[in-house]
Amino acid sequence: MKVMVAVKRVVDYNVKIHIKTDGSGVDLSGVKMSLNPFDEIAVEEAVRLKEKGFVSEISVVSIGDRSCQESLRTALALGADKAIHIETSFETQPLGVAKALKELVNRERFHLIILGKQAIDDDYNQTGQMLAALLRWPQGTFVSQLTIVGEEIEVVREVDGGLETLKMPLPAVITTDLRLNVPRYATLPNIMKAKQKPLEVISAEALGIDLRPHLKTLTIVEPSKRKAGIKVADVDELLEKLHKEAKVI
Amino acid sequence: MSLLLIAEHDKKKLLPATLATLTAATTFGVPIHIIVMGMSCHGIAEEASSYKGVEKVWVVDNPLLDHLVAEDMTETLLTLSRNYEFILAPATTFGKNILPRLAALLDVAQISDVISIEDTNTFVRPIYAGNGLARIRTEDSIKVMTIRPTAFEKAEIIAARASIESYPFRETLSLRPLFVKREESISKRPELTAASIVVSGGRGFQNKENFALLESLADQLGAAVGASRAAVDAGFVPNDYQVGQTGKVVAPNLYIAIGISGAIQHLAGMKDSKVIVAINKDADAPIFKVADYGLVGDLFTILPELTTKIALLRRSS
Repeated sequence: MKVMVAVKRVVDYNVKIHIKTDGSGVDLSGVKMSLNPFDEIAVEEAVRLKEKGFVSEISVVSIGDRSCQESLRTALALGADKAIHIETSFETQPLGVAKALKELVNRERFHLIILGKQAIDDDYNQTGQMLAALLRWPQGTFVSQLTIVGEEIEVVREVDGGLETLKMPLPAVITTDLRLNVPRYATLPNIMKAKQKPLEVISAEALGIDLRPHLKTLTIVEPSKRKAGIKVADVDELLEKLHKEAKVI
Repeated sequence: MSLLLIAEHDKKKLLPATLATLTAATTFGVPIHIIVMGMSCHGIAEEASSYKGVEKVWVVDNPLLDHLVAEDMTETLLTLSRNYEFILAPATTFGKNILPRLAALLDVAQISDVISIEDTNTFVRPIYAGNGLARIRTEDSIKVMTIRPTAFEKAEIIAARASIESYPFRETLSLRPLFVKREESISKRPELTAASIVVSGGRGFQNKENFALLESLADQLGAAVGASRAAVDAGFVPNDYQVGQTGKVVAPNLYIAIGISGAIQHLAGMKDSKVIVAINKDADAPIFKVADYGLVGDLFTILPELTTKIALLRRSS
């Protein structure tokens, strides 16, 4: 079976972002960019399914300007077989991305699509659900365990207050949660090999999809900072403050 | 035009996140309709009809809705949604699972995790794990959004009764998953996102057994127990205890962080708490930068003392 994994290039999760003082956005100049961590888990899961013999080919897809080819090369180095770059200069938003991915599914027969549950920049957590809805495929979101049994897939989902297990027919759309797996590191030989793997570039216009954003960002500001409070000397002083000053106990 | 709120419930009552979403809904100043879906859920519909600001409650009662699988809910919601200008659900795993599906089929954007409503088109939502706040505007004809429950007070019951009407269930056109099972984390303590006091532990606890110290403090305070990602990854506690960007977002009256250094990841999940207490042996730990009250010292001596003295305080007051 063929698997598609969608990936996004985002500010590295270790970077403390700087917001421009004029409210126009996040300062991305000279900032380290990486593969979105949830997407890295998605790639890893696909590679593990291939190693177990369930998957014949892994296609990895990214949408954006040319810089997202970097993320595609990373995914290829982690074990994906081929890459597709959908080129657009628009800011990518979940609905447009879901529509673009749907077009690729119409072009090639994928049986399983794995995406990260959310990108750590815009934190939307929507694309997988939207894609499943547009394809009318079943969805397994926030997945921390995945098992393929014949023509079916069983997933354990991380939901508020516990875990939920669903079983669904393939084809299906899966979104990954943090505990699904621990991604491997790309080895140097694999990074070199990734440069030889096929990377196809398609313009969004050629796919005939409308990626124009529905949502307009007016400003981005820093949240009001909590002011650091005081240090107390001991338990007695802490309780005194919580009881008499803050009145919370 | 009016607003449709998709209720989340636990088969007995509406969940607190739904009540916070209802408060957010009242800021639009339009009639509010709540949809309650489930199996034998008329009691919940009755409850929903008694909240302030609710004009009508739709109830969709069907055995296929027993476990609220997104695919089974979508078709019914889709038909009803076209009559509304605003569609809201709580930004919980329930709301996040269903709402993007609905938005995609309506061909509109979905706005996630709204924390402030400026006008009928303009909303504020956190990005980059809460390190930025984006003001966004939508021109879509139907505004579909999830509401971050901690950003709004819970709605209150009033004596009034809104009308309750049945709405027909429509079976999904998609292939559907089958519900297999649900494992609830069993706890006598309050639910993490609903508790007024949360005590959280981190890597400082060193092992699973030591977390018992935190649990006795929690029981003394009637608090929920949380944890940092480091404590979860180390296997001290189950993963649904996790507070942070990739875990739960909480905003209790009192948050006590013990043995937690305060990584950005964790702060994203608790920095909107009303009062924050940090207990950590490292005086330079970043957690102190957001704490109202900080106590530097060894948690293994401080915690038993704190628990005992709180017990005394409770008895005397």
